[in-house]
Amino acid sequence: MFELSPAEWEAVYLSLKVGLWSTLASLPLGFVLAYVLARVQFPLKSLLSGIVYMPLVLPPVVTGFMLLLFFGTRGPGGKFLSDVFGITIAFRWTGAAVAAAVMGLPLMVRAMRLSIEAVDRRLELAARTLGATWWGTFFTVTLPLSLPGIIAGAVLSFAKSFGEFGATITFVSNIPGETRTLPIAIYSFLQSPGNEGPAVRLAVLSVIVSMAAIIGAEWVEGRVQKRLKVGAP
Amino acid sequence: MSFEVDIDVRYESFAVAAAFQAGPGITALFGTSGAGKTTILNAIAGVVKPQRGRIAADGQVLFDSNTGVNLKPEARRIGYIFQDARLFPHMNVQSNLLYGYRRTAGTRYAEPDAIIALLGLGHLLNRKPSSLSGGEQQRVAIGRAILASPRLLLMDEPLASLDDARKVEILPYIERLRDELKIPILYVTHARAEVDRLAQAVVTVENGRVKVA
Repeated sequence: MFELSPAEWEAVYLSLKVGLWSTLASLPLGFVLAYVLARVQFPLKSLLSGIVYMPLVLPPVVTGFMLLLFFGTRGPGGKFLSDVFGITIAFRWTGAAVAAAVMGLPLMVRAMRLSIEAVDRRLELAARTLGATWWGTFFTVTLPLSLPGIIAGAVLSFAKSFGEFGATITFVSNIPGETRTLPIAIYSFLQSPGNEGPAVRLAVLSVIVSMAAIIGAEWVEGRVQKRLKVGAP
Repeated sequence: MSFEVDIDVRYESFAVAAAFQAGPGITALFGTSGAGKTTILNAIAGVVKPQRGRIAADGQVLFDSNTGVNLKPEARRIGYIFQDARLFPHMNVQSNLLYGYRRTAGTRYAEPDAIIALLGLGHLLNRKPSSLSGGEQQRVAIGRAILASPRLLLMDEPLASLDDARKVEILPYIERLRDELKIPILYVTHARAEVDRLAQAVVTVENGRVKVA
């Protein structure tokens, strides 16, 4: 029952690749956005958070359609990428990673933002009076203390990216070996009768990966929390 | 070493004016809560920017509204001990103690062995802050500030969050610091008993106004 066919392996491998790359690539941007939203006050801040969080509530097909309009071969982003860097991402696995990153970003930013907001700014002040520069304080106090949220955000983004369907299939379609990730493969199997077997196998697999990601993240987070545990004042 | 301050800090609903000097030993900033004592310390530490005035330590200008000098907190070499210890929770006691020490090469007068002995911290070095009592945490915070070799030490009600037994435990250490370090210590408190026991000079703060006794 649990022998995967080459086509199924391909989908699993592709989903892992897309999930890892989209998570790694969105980490720096996600952290900067989370930091800005947590700490900086500026006009139109709610507009920025609206844009970041929008994929959470927008129909995924709309997000995918907007990506297609922007990054498609005739879109402004797509033109720029192909003219300047010679890269095309529409209908490529890299495009799937971009779609997954956009869909995972709200989850990532939210977890990171909460943990940055939870860092006691008075500790940063103490560090400054002890001779640490702003950057020194950032790397020795702010970053380590917000680590649990960074880990949680990365894992949530990975789990979301691994199983992203709507925006991905709209933006990069359903090309075996290129953009047919695990959920899109499940969808394809269900389109023709008699393929419930492989669909069930992949569904079980995606449940296992998602559970493992969340349990793993909770475990790591628990360890970090314990290490950071704040005592009575 | 000596220290002088002459500043105005204004908020929308509150203004603090302070002008006084301090020499080695403890100068108490004494007054009821809400009188503006912490605002004065924050301005000296470089956390709050006064609208007008001048702050100088050892002849070096830290802030001067006329010339536009406004050193960052990390460039002032002013130790700050808060009411809560504010130890870094992810570091053990030793890393906390050495945090400022490692950042002050060249201008040091305090060395870890001597300060650890002075404050009786030798048996705590590998512990995490969360496992220490309130009094122990405050002793570590004092050691951490001293090991950055500050030229002025600010203490903002360092005993206020401790019970009486813990206060009795800390007071002798503060007296030893006062007698062994040759730097001015500004000690904010609203407790008369602490002023009487510790201070050589008293500056009274009332409704944002400073009176030199």
